[in-house]
Amino acid sequence: MTVGLNAFLLLAGLLFAIGFLGVLVRRNTLVVYMCLELMLNAVTLALVGVSRYHLSLDGSIFVFFIITVAAAEVALGLAIIVALYRRRQTVVLSELAELRN
Amino acid sequence: MADFLFYVFAALTLGSAALVVLSKNAVNCAMFMILSLMGMAALFLLLDAYFLAALQVLVYAGAVMVLFVFILMLLDVSDPVRHLPSRPVLLTALGGFVILCAGSAALFFLHVDGAPPPAIPPAGGEAHAMSFATSPRAFGYALFTKYLLPLQLAGFLLLVAMVGVIVLSKRLVSPPVRHQTVEAAGADKQP
Repeated sequence: MTVGLNAFLLLAGLLFAIGFLGVLVRRNTLVVYMCLELMLNAVTLALVGVSRYHLSLDGSIFVFFIITVAAAEVALGLAIIVALYRRRQTVVLSELAELRN
Repeated sequence: MADFLFYVFAALTLGSAALVVLSKNAVNCAMFMILSLMGMAALFLLLDAYFLAALQVLVYAGAVMVLFVFILMLLDVSDPVRHLPSRPVLLTALGGFVILCAGSAALFFLHVDGAPPPAIPPAGGEAHAMSFATSPRAFGYALFTKYLLPLQLAGFLLLVAMVGVIVLSKRLVSPPVRHQTVEAAGADKQP
């Protein structure tokens, strides 16, 4: 493969930007959460790329832990969203703004 | 060939990620998210991280996205009204997006380091146990020697998350609802 590390980092940066856009633009809590996962995955890709190009296992191990933490985080976050839906009957962010003012 | 595969999977990952943001239906978002995660697993394969690619498919595309689709099915969040953010939020989001893209492009074009990945050293040398290796064995060795404490903390974190989810989903069931269902069941039985 003749692709350099730059290409992977550019790809990771673009994915992160797309996820960032989704987090701010989308109004559905679940889709916002998915875009958050997308950002996490972009960082993961950058870590694996750097780990491969610098021949060090540390980045890959870090990705392993990121995946573990992300799984725990998704389980808790979705439980919170379900609890929220039970109480408020909505998952639309603009209707969940009672902390404003 | 590997170059061609890189471009194909990069396009697949980026395109389906963009469709996650742009799709109106939340279920379509989840499906494109799965596609994006699969593309990323393929990129991991191209980077010789076979174990992580398998983990990505199993944990992310498998467990996490199944959980998402399950919750989507449970909550029935399909609303016909398109919720657009307010204009300041939209402008801020687009501005941040452009800045992030420009930063990534600057990294790509200014710091030109197009060298191909170096060859992987042959496995077996204990002196270089922490150097890059493709086998899960190297992962296990690193996890249980250098990263033993983080590994145990990760296990504890999973336990805490499990207990937290159980508490969250138990306490918020309001007792009146449960009484009503019991009474309703009893009322059904009486006649």
